Amino acid sequence: MEQQYPVLIVLIPMFTALAITLIGWFRPVLCQPLAVAGLFGSFCSAVATLVQVKNTANGVISYHLGNWAPPYGIEHRFDGLNGLVLVMVSFVALLVAIYAKKPVEKELGGKISNFYTLFVLLVTGLLGMTISGDAFNLYVLLEIAALTSYALLAMGRGKAYMATFNYVILGTIGACFYLLGVGFLLIKTGSLNIADMGTIIPGLGGSNTILIAFGFLMVGVWIKMALFPFHGWLPNAYTYAPTATSCLVAPLMTKVSVYVMLRIMFWVYSAEWIFEVVQWQSVVMAVAVIAILMGSFFALAQRDIKKMLTYLIVAEIGYMVGGAWTGTSLGLTGTIYHIIADGLMTVCLFMVIGSIVYKKGSAQFESFKDAFQTMPWTMSALVVAGLSMIGVPPTCGFFSKWYLLGGAYISSNYVYMVALLISSLINAVLFIRIVETAFFGATSEEIPDPHDHAVRQIDESPLSMLIPIWMAAASLVLTGLYTRDIVTKWIQPILPGGLI
Amino acid sequence: MAWLEANYNYLLVIVLLMIGLWAMIGKNNLIKKCVGMCIFQNAIIMFFISMGAKAGSTIPILKLKEGATTYGVNDYIIDPTQYDNPLTQILMLTAIVVGVATLGMALTLVQKMYAEYGTCEEDEILEKIK
Repeated sequence: MEQQYPVLIVLIPMFTALAITLIGWFRPVLCQPLAVAGLFGSFCSAVATLVQVKNTANGVISYHLGNWAPPYGIEHRFDGLNGLVLVMVSFVALLVAIYAKKPVEKELGGKISNFYTLFVLLVTGLLGMTISGDAFNLYVLLEIAALTSYALLAMGRGKAYMATFNYVILGTIGACFYLLGVGFLLIKTGSLNIADMGTIIPGLGGSNTILIAFGFLMVGVWIKMALFPFHGWLPNAYTYAPTATSCLVAPLMTKVSVYVMLRIMFWVYSAEWIFEVVQWQSVVMAVAVIAILMGSFFALAQRDIKKMLTYLIVAEIGYMVGGAWTGTSLGLTGTIYHIIADGLMTVCLFMVIGSIVYKKGSAQFESFKDAFQTMPWTMSALVVAGLSMIGVPPTCGFFSKWYLLGGAYISSNYVYMVALLISSLINAVLFIRIVETAFFGATSEEIPDPHDHAVRQIDESPLSMLIPIWMAAASLVLTGLYTRDIVTKWIQPILPGGLI
Repeated sequence: MAWLEANYNYLLVIVLLMIGLWAMIGKNNLIKKCVGMCIFQNAIIMFFISMGAKAGSTIPILKLKEGATTYGVNDYIIDPTQYDNPLTQILMLTAIVVGVATLGMALTLVQKMYAEYGTCEEDEILEKIK
């Protein structure tokens, strides 16, 4: 049984999706519990495999699908890097599945079974992308994740159609560029297995085909992760989506794309090759800096808090791309850690905003007026997530920034350091502004009478929404407290050679 | 000229890729964008198929040797130069399915927008959304 965990992570949600479609015809009520059960199974398998990885000698678990040996057969390859990402993805998906019950009933009344089928399929795609050791398999799963997310995002209706259509076009360009890159690699290496390509490519030196393949692959994943010049599709698509969809898609899609970028950069290619043969480092660092600054400043300009968060995602992508391209092991550690941290922070924030939308009808600034009086628990979780976004210890946001800053300092990327600090300051302004509005109702003309009990009427979000929010908030602090274990046990053993 | 003869299929792929990309980014009509997407994806399929093709080869199914009367292992021609690479063709089977699904998704969205705004022109829709 133990050796089957790596495949169960993907198979359980896949078959759950089928079951939900079938049962949805008769009993729509059962869809959500089924989704939760399936994702819980997936989460348990991911955790079990992560523990196994720590105990194996070389830190890699290789699962051969159908018992066909790689490089010809398809391989599920599990190491510390994707182990952590898988646990994060399945955890976040599980939280959102619990959370989704009420908002989906309210927003998508008649489409419950369709929603959960797509939801679980999307998670299958994301988990598959993360675990797959085969470049083409990764493409197919990427498209599964993308197609389901298009459908989920378009459920927002109205403005969501146009926003999703733009995402379909750009997402397809991104995926096709990735596929072209894989094609070039296949020409030169004759292999599709990521680990196998990683052993062949160093022997090819400065081949142009390999270089062009790298260009296509990078542009493809950058479009998918919405790095600065390619970020246009993201804010609208995520803002107009239904609450439960944006909670799931916003934290996961971009983070998994960052993981794919890391896998391509350091495992298909190698650090030596990227920083010596390609020499794009200064350009990509500049792009990352612009992404951080633009994302932060645009976030500052938004009145809609959900849209503000989508711009913060763009800024966070800049953090991660910059961290990986510093070419330092500290920077890469920070990037890997930040994938986990940012996934948890984003899901917590989006769930809080979702609760506000659920109770007050919109995510505009005005909705937050006096929210502390009416929804104290929800807003306290917002404070925890906000502190993590700003980077206050002991939350995990502090530690990822610490590693990223360390990496930037060692590689003397001072502009990137400054951008990180400016972005932290802007985050502080953003969240203090929300908290101020929520506490003191600063936007209102009339100051509420503190003795007026009508204002203090508690109108908390339902427990099925509050529990996942607080699980996410607690995970932010716990991840922060266990940073040392995460870094030394899983991240450090897999860091590739050739980094400063 | 010999170079052109050997590589014309790749040139065609590049031309198709550019047409598709131009239509997806530059066109105003949403249906034309979908058409562009289709061309773009098919260009990639052509690229992969060209990659696996060899001069004078045939479909990757083992041929019987001339005069063979039995069907044993030794009765077949086992020579990689005689057959196309089956891998790229298999990969493209999947890519075709993905392409169809994406096109279906995009057309559904266009249809929904047409029902909502009564037009398929991007600028007119953006005008109405404001």
